[in-house]
Formats: sequence, structure tokens, C-alpha cells
Amino acid sequence: MDNLIWIFVSALLVNNFVLAYFLGLCPFLGVSGRLETSLRLGMATTFVMVITAICAWFLNTYVLIHAPYLRLISFIVVIASTVQFIEMAIKKLSPALFKALGIYLPLITTNCAILGLAIFATNRGYGFLEGLTFALGAGAGFTLALILMAGIREEIEKTKDVPDLVQGTAMNLIVAGILSMAFMGFAGLFSAG
Amino acid sequence: MKQKELDGYQEFVKGIWRENPVFVQVLGMCPMLAVTNSAMNAVVMGVATFFVLVASSFMISSLQHWIPRQVRISLYIVIIATFVTLADYTILATLPAAHKQLGAFIPLIVVNCMILGRQEAFASRFPVKYAVLDAVGMAGGFLFAMLALGSVREILGTGTLFDIPLFGKGFEPWVTMILPPGGFLTLGLILLFFNWVTKKRGEFLQQVATEREGL
Amino acid sequence: MSDNQTKEPGSATLILSMVLAGLISGVAIIGVFEATLPTITLNKAKELREAVFKVLPGVSKMQKLRFANGRLQVVEDNKVGEDVIYAGYDAEGKFIGYAVPSEGPGFQDTISLLYGYLPDQRKMVGMEILDSRETPGLGDKIFKDLEFVANFKDLSVDPTIVAVKKGKKAKPNEIDAITGATISSKAVVRIMNVARERWEKRLPPPGNEPELKL
Repeated sequence: MDNLIWIFVSALLVNNFVLAYFLGLCPFLGVSGRLETSLRLGMATTFVMVITAICAWFLNTYVLIHAPYLRLISFIVVIASTVQFIEMAIKKLSPALFKALGIYLPLITTNCAILGLAIFATNRGYGFLEGLTFALGAGAGFTLALILMAGIREEIEKTKDVPDLVQGTAMNLIVAGILSMAFMGFAGLFSAG
Repeated sequence: MKQKELDGYQEFVKGIWRENPVFVQVLGMCPMLAVTNSAMNAVVMGVATFFVLVASSFMISSLQHWIPRQVRISLYIVIIATFVTLADYTILATLPAAHKQLGAFIPLIVVNCMILGRQEAFASRFPVKYAVLDAVGMAGGFLFAMLALGSVREILGTGTLFDIPLFGKGFEPWVTMILPPGGFLTLGLILLFFNWVTKKRGEFLQQVATEREGL
Repeated sequence: MSDNQTKEPGSATLILSMVLAGLISGVAIIGVFEATLPTITLNKAKELREAVFKVLPGVSKMQKLRFANGRLQVVEDNKVGEDVIYAGYDAEGKFIGYAVPSEGPGFQDTISLLYGYLPDQRKMVGMEILDSRETPGLGDKIFKDLEFVANFKDLSVDPTIVAVKKGKKAKPNEIDAITGATISSKAVVRIMNVARERWEKRLPPPGNEPELKL
């Protein structure tokens, strides 16, 4: 149990996917303009991460044990087709949910955080429960980083003092750097006792 | 399809500076920031990406007439993933120490948007020769950006470059630079510098233009 | 674009091209995998041997043991985990000690390490960090600071290992923590204690260790 809590908190705060591993930067810098969209993208990503973790575990346990060299290709193909499948399924089953998450799903396929999750979980030899916890933590961490970033950007937009030169990606990166520094404060959370 | 005039030299050069994938287009940042904590790691990652991009561009450009449009993206990804796996195993066998540090980030070259982007935007539309030149230029620009970032972070963060100490004993390393925040901050500042150069250049050109009018 | 004029390819063509691509890529990957596998296996085995020999001075032969069905069994597979341990022997094949791998949360990320243990003297004789992402310049002293590593060269495990402030080491079961990296030092100690407790009941009484199989 301790182990599961460590995996969750580590992925959520200490080793946040975006701020410590630099995974999922494209949506982090591209979509984090609005709080509302950030929350939805975060939820959609968490959802796909959980499904991916389950698929990755299944592949690792039953298929890739015989052919480890096919890992990368099979992960990519499985992620891409799962996302497509989920998209169709949600569209049929819950139009409301599709409206909320729908447009983000295709974006997520090329999100390195998803593939990164599958690869990290495999490299660390996580079992089913551990993989699931890792996915939940990583997804929550991604959402948290996105929301924080969106909040800061909305505030910055209100002030008119930012010089044109700094506007855009350069400023976002510097804000992300400061956020990342703040997250470093979570290090040692579990080994301090 | 009407082909636009191609100049091999231009296709090659644009990737290095004017359309630099990292500094100007801001693509492929995941591997970029995660592994640039030392110049050596940056070079290994840059060379692996170079190999994957050039090989995939060559392959896809040669096969462009046989690839059905409907399944092109899946085919591109299969081709890219194949080359990445090749690079991964080659590094694991020849440079185990570097592989240990880069670890999970080599497979992530697959989702480097720069690579898929070049296939879709360039390699699949133009002749092999130009596709390869374009890929070499872009990958060269990427390698250059990686090296720049890795060197800055290593020099400031540990006081070394390629593990060779640069300063005397009195140097107090700025550790943050090799930690994650350093990646964000360094790239942010470099982008700022790029913006500044572009702006100054624009102003300069405008000034020249107005002076000419005045004459 | 000329796509409007060309005939839409049928599903058969699409499937065929995907299958063909998959086949070619599969062949290429398997080729490289087969070509690099011997080197990779060799590198990994060498790395592990070197680590085991480092934490167990005087050892020149080793074998892998797994705890299963209530006893230690000699195995030769590549699997690792909490039930794997390495036994070290000298040149004549006489048992010297165990090298125990373990991992757990550190300051930044999981630390994995290997330590050498002499069951007859109930002593640790060496420690090697296999993998860690501790803060450069501070936490990474757990393997860069040779003074800290030397702590583990003659360390009693009874009743348990304790990290104390640098210079305060007084008892044989205490180690000097690293100034400025107390948390990483304590993490190392805790990871070792957890592994020690896990193996305490599993190890056979001294003198009954598995023989070296050749």
C-alpha cells in the first residue's frame, strides 16, 4: 500500500510528468490559455492514460514477453487505435461527454505523455495495480500543471505590462520554469520521515 | 501537382536557422528539455533523432507514390517507429552508459512532432534528393539547438563541458540549471534572444528602406 | 493535388500496404535485435558482476539465487525482483557473502542499490548505487562521496542501521549522514533496512548456504 501511495504522489507532485519529465509539453504550452479547456483536456488525458496503462500491462504480460523488440511499435499502434475506438464509443454512448472531451482525443494520440507513461511503467516493471495508480497520478499531475499554468496565463493577460517581445512561448517557458522550481519543493516528501 | 521551384541549398539551410525546428517552430521539446542536462546526452539524443529523421524522410520520399493517402499517417508512424527501435538497440549495445541516462527518452523520439511533421509537410511531396536535404537541415538544426541548450546547462550547472572542467575550484555550480527548471528557463531565454534578434533585424531592414526612400 | 483524379484505392490495397509495411519493419527490427542481443546481454551481465564484486571484497565467482517455496534456489534467468539475491564465492568456491539488491523512494525518485552482506558476521561490507536521480551536487553524494560510501564497508546490522549527523558516529551500526543531503542518506539507510528485514527470515543459517554450481 505504501508503495502505491508513493507511486501516486511521485507521479502527481515530485516527478510531475510536465514539470519534471517534460512530457506532454505541446498541449501544456498550446492549450493552457483557458482554465476551462485545460481542465477538460486534463480529464481526457487522464482517461486515456488509464486505458493505456491497462493495455500496456496486458501487452507486456501476455504478448511482449515473447517479443520485447516489438514493444515500441505495438504501444504506438495500440494507443492510436484505442484513442480512436474510445472516441467512437463515447460518441455513441454519451454525446454529452463527447462534447466535453471529444475534440481533444485526437490531439492526445500524439501526446508524448501517453507513450511516456507506457514506457516508464514497463521499464519500472509495474504490475497491474501499480500501473493503474501510476496512470492516475500522472494524469492528475498533468491536469494540475495545466490548470496552474492556465490560471497564471489568464492573470498575466489581464495586466497590460508584459512587453511584446516576451509574449508567447518565451514567457510561457519562463513561467513553466518557475512553476517547475516550485514543484521541486515536493522532493523528499516521502523519504523525509 | 505543380511543383514549386526547389533550391537544394535553401532547403538545406532553412532548417539550421530561419526555420529552426526548436527555436523558431518550437517543435520536439519533450526530448529536447529532458535530456539536455549535459552536452554529451544532448549530442547522443540529437544524433539519434538525426538518424531517424533522415532515414524516414528518405524512405517515405522514395515510397511516396506507393503509399495510399488514407493510411499514410499510420504508415509513417510504423516507419518512424522502426527506425527508432533500430537506433534504440544500437545505442544500448554500443553506448550502454549513455543509454542508462537517456533511458526512456529514446523511444519517445517517435512522438517528436518535428519528425512526423516533416514527413507530412515535405518528404511525402517532394523528390528524394530535396527530402533528404530538408531532413538533414532540419535534423542539423535540431542537433544544433540540443547542443546549444545542453552546453549552456552543463557549463552553468556543473562547470564542465563534455565532462571537462572549465573553471577553477572556486566555481560554485548553479545546480538548478541541470534540474528540470533550468531546462524551461534556458529555452525560454534562448527564445527571447531569438525574438530580439528577429525584431532588431526587422527594425534595421525597415530603417534601411526608409533611408533609401529619403535619398 | 492529383488525388481527385486518381481512383480511390480499395480496402484490399490499403490492408496489403499496411501488412507489407508491418512485415518489412518486423524483419528489420528482429534483425537488429538479434544482432545486438549478445552485446547487450554481455554488457548487462558485466555491469552486474562488477557491482557484485565491488560490494563483496574477495569474491571472484557469483551465482543468482531466488527465494521460492521457502528456500533459496539457483536460477539462471534474467528476471529481477524482490525475491532475487546474489551469492558470492572466492576462487576456491567457498561461500563469502550475499549481494542484496533493493530499491525504494529517495529524495527525487526511486533509488536502487546493491549491498554486500556477510551472514556469519552479521555485517555489511559494501554498498553500490545502481540507479538514482538524486539532486546533482547534493543527493548524488550518496555515490559520489567516497567517505559516505566507506560507511558501509564495516557496518553492523544489529539491531538496525541508523543514520546520524556527520561526525556523530559512535556505534558499529551507525553511519555518518551527508551534510546537506540528510534525506538522501536516510533514504539509502531505509532502503537497506527494508531489504535486510525482508531477507532476515529467508536466509538459511550461516554455514548452510547453497553451494556454487558450475
